[in-house]
Amino acid sequence: MKYIIAIIQPDRLDEVLTNLEEREIHLVTVTSVMGRGRQKGIAEVYRSHKEAGSLLKKVKLEIAVNEDFVKSTIEAITSGARTGHVGDGKIFILDLPECIRIRTGEKGGPAIG
Amino acid sequence: MGKYLKKSPFWFFAVFLLFTLIATVVAAQEIAPTPKVDTGDTAWLLTSAALVLLMTPALAFFYGGLVRKKNILSVLMQCFMITCLITIQWVLFGYSLAFGPDVKGVIGSLAWFGLKGVGLDPNPAYAATVPHQAFMIFQAMFAIITPALILGAFAERMKFSTFCIFSLLWATLVYDPVCHWVWGVGGFLRADGALDFAGGTVVHINAGVAALACALVLGKRKGYPDKISPPHNLPFAVLGAGLLWFGWFGFNGGSALGSGSLATSAFVVTHIAAAAAGLTWALLDWIINSRSTVLGIITGSVAGLVAITPASGFVNPIGAIWIGIGVSVFCYMAVAILKVKFGYDDSLDAFGVHGIGGMWGALATGLWATKAVNSAGANGLFYGNPAQFLIQFKAVIVTAVYSFVMTFVILKVLNAVMGVRASEQDERIGLDLTQHREAGYTVLE
Repeated sequence: MKYIIAIIQPDRLDEVLTNLEEREIHLVTVTSVMGRGRQKGIAEVYRSHKEAGSLLKKVKLEIAVNEDFVKSTIEAITSGARTGHVGDGKIFILDLPECIRIRTGEKGGPAIG
Repeated sequence: MGKYLKKSPFWFFAVFLLFTLIATVVAAQEIAPTPKVDTGDTAWLLTSAALVLLMTPALAFFYGGLVRKKNILSVLMQCFMITCLITIQWVLFGYSLAFGPDVKGVIGSLAWFGLKGVGLDPNPAYAATVPHQAFMIFQAMFAIITPALILGAFAERMKFSTFCIFSLLWATLVYDPVCHWVWGVGGFLRADGALDFAGGTVVHINAGVAALACALVLGKRKGYPDKISPPHNLPFAVLGAGLLWFGWFGFNGGSALGSGSLATSAFVVTHIAAAAAGLTWALLDWIINSRSTVLGIITGSVAGLVAITPASGFVNPIGAIWIGIGVSVFCYMAVAILKVKFGYDDSLDAFGVHGIGGMWGALATGLWATKAVNSAGANGLFYGNPAQFLIQFKAVIVTAVYSFVMTFVILKVLNAVMGVRASEQDERIGLDLTQHREAGYTVLE
């Protein structure tokens, strides 16, 4: 099992969700986050005071999948989130030792589906 | 019962009840309406009073949107508390100190304690065609919003208990006397011929300069200037500015104390100055920071409303445009350059907008006032009367010096007695939770 974390542009979320749905990947958690990369954000100005340490709005997806879904998940995210401009985001993949469905107590692969 | 006796708000409440009791005895009176009242004038003045009341919650949202999430309630609370607290102060003795029978040109006597004698007959010395109580309640709204303006300077760091005492003392020792000097019959600045149609000196310079004193005595917020998060809800600030603009028609238009041509003229120039100032600020932002900003245009509009306030009954539409342009230039410099250079933390620019804008408005009244608009007024410098400018200048200096010194002294005394600042820990956690045990927003559910 893998735990996939993706940071993407907020306006690409719908596309990525549709792509995931098409590949039968249903389990996903989405949060609104702030972040920056090498290019940094856009400095905000309030009454002529420039803000330091600017961050941009991003969306974070967290997806737990069985091994045979890893490739299609990455495809779904990259094809949906790529614009070709800086700031398209990153995908991080972590090993996932365990997963438990709270309702039934099922463990491992079957619990993810 | 014993545990309550140790709490100062208990004693505060006891004094409030005692004063109310005294007033009940002293002010027992017959109230009978009289036929001299003009219904049109009264309708407009009561409407205006309601409009001016709306400005305090409007200001709460204007200021509230500019602070951090953790302090939104503290700002709304301070505005609401002032509304309640100063209303009672005004009814019990504030109105009498400000407008009651003159004592040597500096203060009103306590003859109208508890509104004794302030009934439904007009008082021709102030407003001949409306019930005296209509004039009194209209003025009450000004007494409320003036101390509320100051909180922009000490937002996000003042202890709530000290804030309550400060507001009460400031209203009594600063607002009421200055109001008497400028507007009270026998007040020495009124006798000088200083023009202040709707409160440029009484309200805006007074509150704005007091704000500067507050910023200096309280000191900077932790992390100022670079570690303070930006405004948490600019749409709130825009809502507040829009409602302030709306309420200001009552502030200035109502100050004609009647519903005729003078009210119309004040209404029109008020709108023009706000528009000219908002446009000017947006353009300055565009030129200097390469983008016009929302916070900029609403700040400019409010500054325009501040500046036209003393002039609104005396200038024509073109004078209003110049006043609007001028105020944005001066306030922009105060906020972007002066504040940065001197490094004081006037959190929400109460001095930068109300102090500087009020001074410009009062002086500009001495430039563009014309008897063609209001025969009871005077001509300004541009209409052949340079003396008026000097009279305005004197009123500005007297008000600014008095307000600064008194505010400084009140705060220093309160700081020695009870402390003016919230503890460092409370400031870090936020005033909503530490001063009021509430949160403005929930994260979960």
